[in-house]
Amino acid sequence: MTSKSISIEMLKNLCQKMFGRSLWVYHANSGGCNGCDIEVLNVLTPFYDAERFGIKLVGSPRHADVMLCQGPAMRATAKALQRAYEAMPAPKLVFAIGSCACGGGIWHDTYSVLGPVEKLLPVNFYIPGCPPRPEAIIYGVAVAVGLVDKKAAPVQFKQIELPIPRYHPNDLRGRDELVVYEKVDRV
Amino acid sequence: MSVLSKLKEAVICLKAGRVTLPYPSESRPVPARFRGRPLFDPAKCIGCAGCANNCPAREILVEDLCQEIRIIRYLGRRCTYCGRCADVCPEKAITMSPEFENATNHIGDIQQRIELFMSTCQRCGRCFKEPGFLDQLKAKGYRFDDVQHERWILRSQAYLATEPTVDDIKIDLD
Repeated sequence: MTSKSISIEMLKNLCQKMFGRSLWVYHANSGGCNGCDIEVLNVLTPFYDAERFGIKLVGSPRHADVMLCQGPAMRATAKALQRAYEAMPAPKLVFAIGSCACGGGIWHDTYSVLGPVEKLLPVNFYIPGCPPRPEAIIYGVAVAVGLVDKKAAPVQFKQIELPIPRYHPNDLRGRDELVVYEKVDRV
Repeated sequence: MSVLSKLKEAVICLKAGRVTLPYPSESRPVPARFRGRPLFDPAKCIGCAGCANNCPAREILVEDLCQEIRIIRYLGRRCTYCGRCADVCPEKAITMSPEFENATNHIGDIQQRIELFMSTCQRCGRCFKEPGFLDQLKAKGYRFDDVQHERWILRSQAYLATEPTVDDIKIDLD
């Protein structure tokens, strides 16, 4: 029993190592400006060569593992985007590429824009940028595949409250030729 | 003839060598004047909220917790890296860094939050900076954003002609 499960696990790990990292991507634009599309196509050229990582562009969501979303969630294309997502087979990822897909874009408050893509689909990876560089897209894919660790971390700055001594003339006491503050409150 | 042309083609292909960028294993320098993620320097920031008023994507939020503490929050989700915040900053506290590797699996990873102590004017009790820059920054009254829900609101009624200016300031005149 245990040896069987161990062997199954080993086989699983081997399969993940050998076959698990070839992502077939479907390229969905739901009303963006085509800037991110051009950068994604740039990634597939021999100079950036995303096929090193097994990435292949496919024409149908039924063949795809990953959906690359560009453009915000828009009123006109919301249904189509959801249907394309539902058509993908089960272990699926969604990448939001560009500021529009990540946060709704610069026209986030327009009547036709619903907001970021995550309002319609569960997004797994975000690649901000307007448009992101081809290197940034490769980096995002490498983070997803597990080749590199992500660098982004939230930055928080809090000013330190320095204790200020509070003096009051009532607390002044004479002590042989010196005037001493008897109690020092720190605020 | 055709064999010769094929050979020629092969020679041309071999001459080109390898052009593929070994990107994730080797770092790739960005071109000069590239605008990446804006970095906020809390030591230089005076909390004038000029960046928040000028951000085209409305991604910088300002909230005053109390009279003295002001929170400036950069969310960066829909930031287009236009650099207007860096241009408009009177103290040059915002710099456009060459960082472009911002891909994450959690959108909150690219946010920055700065908490500032603001000094107050002895007469009116408002946080202030010498006039001049603020006129250029189009500081129309009092910004109070909803930081919890990451929304941008302008609570000031100063832009309405019928309303009194900001009615929570009352200066007693003799």
